Amino acid sequence: MDQTSTSTAALKPKDYKSDTKPVWCPGCGDFSVLSAFTKAMAAMQLDPERVVVISGIGCSSRIPAYLNVYGFHAVHGRALPVGIGLKITRPDLTVMVAGGDGDGFSIGGNHFMQACRRNVDMTYVVMDNQVYGMTKGQASPTTEPDWERGKLTPHGTRINPFYPLVIALASGANFIARASSNDPNGAARVITEAVQHPGFSFVQILSPCITFRPEQRDWKKIVHPAPVVATADPAVAARRLMTDDNFFIGTLFKGERVPFTPEFEPRAESAHELETAFRMSA
Amino acid sequence: MKTINTCAEFLAYALAIEEEATERYTVFAEQMETTNNPEVAALFREMARLESEHAHRLEVAAEGESLPAIDPWELDFGDEDPPEAVDYSATHYLMTPYQALTLVLKAEQRAVDFFQRVAEGNGNDDMKQLAAEYAAEEREHVEKVAKWRNRYPPPDDNWDDDPDPPNELE
Amino acid sequence: MEEHKDRASSSISIALIGSGGAGVMTAGSMLLEAAGRAGLFGIMTRSAGPQIRGGEAAAMLRLATFPVESHDNEFDILLAIDWLNADRFRAEIPLGTQSLIIGETDAEPPQAFTDSGARTLELPLKQIARETDGGRENMVVLGVVCSLIGLPLEPLHQVLESLLKRKGQAAIDSSVACVDSGAAHTGKHQGSYQLSLSSEKQCDLWNISGNEAAGLGAIRGGVRFVAAYPITPATELLEWMAPALEQVGGILVQAEDELASVNQLIGASFGGTPSLTATSGPGLALMTESIGLAVASETPIVVVDVMRGGPSTGIPTKSEQSDLNIAIYGLHGDAPHLVLAPMSVADCLFTTQWAIHLAEKLQTAAIVLSDQNLGQTRAIIERPADVAFVSGRSIQETPMEGYQRYAVGGNGVSPMALPGTAGCQYTADGLEHAPSGIPSSRAEDHRQQLDKRRDKLVNHDYGDHWALIEGEGEFAVITWGSSLAPVREARAMLLSDGIDIRIIAPRLLLPVQPERMQQALAGVTGALVVEQSHGAQFFHYLQAFYPQKFEFMSMAQPGPLPIRPEQVVADIKTRGKY
Repeated sequence: MDQTSTSTAALKPKDYKSDTKPVWCPGCGDFSVLSAFTKAMAAMQLDPERVVVISGIGCSSRIPAYLNVYGFHAVHGRALPVGIGLKITRPDLTVMVAGGDGDGFSIGGNHFMQACRRNVDMTYVVMDNQVYGMTKGQASPTTEPDWERGKLTPHGTRINPFYPLVIALASGANFIARASSNDPNGAARVITEAVQHPGFSFVQILSPCITFRPEQRDWKKIVHPAPVVATADPAVAARRLMTDDNFFIGTLFKGERVPFTPEFEPRAESAHELETAFRMSA
Repeated sequence: MKTINTCAEFLAYALAIEEEATERYTVFAEQMETTNNPEVAALFREMARLESEHAHRLEVAAEGESLPAIDPWELDFGDEDPPEAVDYSATHYLMTPYQALTLVLKAEQRAVDFFQRVAEGNGNDDMKQLAAEYAAEEREHVEKVAKWRNRYPPPDDNWDDDPDPPNELE
Repeated sequence: MEEHKDRASSSISIALIGSGGAGVMTAGSMLLEAAGRAGLFGIMTRSAGPQIRGGEAAAMLRLATFPVESHDNEFDILLAIDWLNADRFRAEIPLGTQSLIIGETDAEPPQAFTDSGARTLELPLKQIARETDGGRENMVVLGVVCSLIGLPLEPLHQVLESLLKRKGQAAIDSSVACVDSGAAHTGKHQGSYQLSLSSEKQCDLWNISGNEAAGLGAIRGGVRFVAAYPITPATELLEWMAPALEQVGGILVQAEDELASVNQLIGASFGGTPSLTATSGPGLALMTESIGLAVASETPIVVVDVMRGGPSTGIPTKSEQSDLNIAIYGLHGDAPHLVLAPMSVADCLFTTQWAIHLAEKLQTAAIVLSDQNLGQTRAIIERPADVAFVSGRSIQETPMEGYQRYAVGGNGVSPMALPGTAGCQYTADGLEHAPSGIPSSRAEDHRQQLDKRRDKLVNHDYGDHWALIEGEGEFAVITWGSSLAPVREARAMLLSDGIDIRIIAPRLLLPVQPERMQQALAGVTGALVVEQSHGAQFFHYLQAFYPQKFEFMSMAQPGPLPIRPEQVVADIKTRGKY
């Protein structure tokens, strides 16, 4: 607890919200995640104009427009490359990427792995509800194999669910955590830690879809805090994941992997010097 | 639950509670406006207004005081949800005023309980007196909201029936 | 043989063939460089079998006293270190009765080549090489060629010195000895394909490929971020840019695929950095969804498509102009964008630089249609003129009350606020949006934004750069890209018969320029459309966007063979136009 007086100049969570009203269903976990984003930004007192939130397509990917920061609502599955291109060329900005489980782990699955590998200093928040909401309730990569209410998979997906934390750890992410929309303050804390940790930070937030997965309202009763603090040792993190029931909440891994920070120092005076390689010395 | 000792600490907690309540009621009002449930929207708007008045009064009361800056996750309410804050997952686009006020009622009651616990806790006497005042005030709210709710009938069994399926967007 | 050329020629074409390990590509490159140092112009293209190592290879050169952009109708000299599988190059290396085939003693040249009626000459290449310690046949071959075409050996010696420096003095000495020895073995054939060497040396010549020229144009235009995924024949462009960008404070990032590379561009450009990638057909196909995002979100990006034979994996190492359709029509929805096409190695520089300027200025996506022929041809050219085109994006630099990213009105270009600018926060969106950027499916917003994105392109004055127009005739040949070079040579051939044709080659393919085209076609009564595609894509494009009272005629030939000037002349003549 800092003993600093509340200054009138300090930005409050509501200062990070835009005037645009969400299209999400009342009861959706994403409202809580939106609140967590604003609380995290206020906690860090980020300049709104120096923050960029980038998303793909899906319910949760609507989040940039609801924030009073710069945003990019890109195409389905490709938010991470947009974020990487931006952060590499504008290291002065705080870059956050947000989206859902279908966007991030299915159509964007390869970008997820490669972004973990590249370890650019940015934060990726996936609001995981194990379903495609905007197309009316199809199974997603994180859906249980026996969920039979997806109209494209009436007998269940019968395929193994994607395990984002394992993939993130194996691929090289430098910060890995799980939060729950049932606790927006806790999610805000994890997002704050994620932004402040160097390199690529991945945060899975369990965020129920009350329209297509009403049973997920029970997640509130199922989630439980992880009994241990974050480790910097990938091997320890991997062992913990073996006993993960998908509902442990907390920060799993805070690594020391070196972020990708290319240099940007001009070495020639102008583009004209590049000509010399082509010039014929007659 | 962590002990609240000083008036400044108590005011910081109280302010956080009122601001959180204001934010949530505002979000809920917007939800209901977006999903064309004007009656419940108006109700949440009214709650948001009341809570923001509280927050404002607290700010005035705290003027000149040096309040500790507490990150939201540092607020400690024991095992309880944040007092006075309705859970984000609790709303529904077809909810009735009775249901909305039931949620409000529960949240206000949690605020009473919280302030009462602080008033009976271990802090200094000035702080405990302040907490007792807040508990009393919240108790009045509870009674007011309970009366307010009585103006509405409880929902019937099929209150959430929607003959149409959800929309597809993208 | 001696009577073949009684006077010096202005252009000589030479093909060097050999299996992997023979070093014909190295020899070809050295010959081109030496010719350039002697003040000649020239081009070199390559062809190879499918093997990664050890396959048959051909270096095809044309050296000339004037700037050359394409191969001639025939090759004058075909020189083979060995003939293994050499007949695969028969179609690429046309010979005539005046041509000379040179091969190893007692090694019979393939009938595929001798059927042309060309003369043959046997030389003990292996033996000559063996006479020098560490000698190599490809160096002997260089000496032979220099002697035949009368190229002084001094520039070649210089080239050997600079290129073999890191291999040590012994390597240089042995190569020089082989060259000199080869030159001494041509006997009566010495100078039989004499190039007329001007005493005036060209003062400012470059040795550059189209891919390198495009890369240089990109950097001159202001590009400082490139996201790259390797693909033949665009890889060299990206590889050239990796160190070059570092020199000017930019960066190239190798992405996981083309989907990532194009989206990295969008992110970098959103942050204010002019951005480009290069790819070929399969990569362009993957990128099209996000090129649409760049159009809709008005985020400038440039994609250079170095075209190769398609569809699918097609013929990756050979040229074809068959990505025109996907470049023009490939984006879903109504997505006005820029399509430009360079028409020579040198023009790869200009057109790419112009494309950056236009994309940045008009806040849209530009596709530059280069091709394998332009991209991988190495040429001695005059130093391209400097042009002033640089990025020049319209930026909202100061806080603005009620800033609207997609404000309508004016010329359709709305100032873009970059992250970091306080008070202008907005969300760029691929969803249709209101002027504020907020998603909207309302008819009036859609119409307004569609109009905006179209009008800003249509209303821009592209000036005379939109096309190359030459000649006065009533008969026009309309062509584009790398097909222009053989068409220009065809015109020169016709001119010597007293016939002039009019050439129109649009550099700007989208947005179309109906008024300018009408002006260019004034007085024309018939037109032949020349292109390297099986489906006559350019012909159909012209019919759709530039309909005329007369009918267009189509000369459409798929890759991999280049269009030869005499084919164009024959086509015009058989159609009875002259």
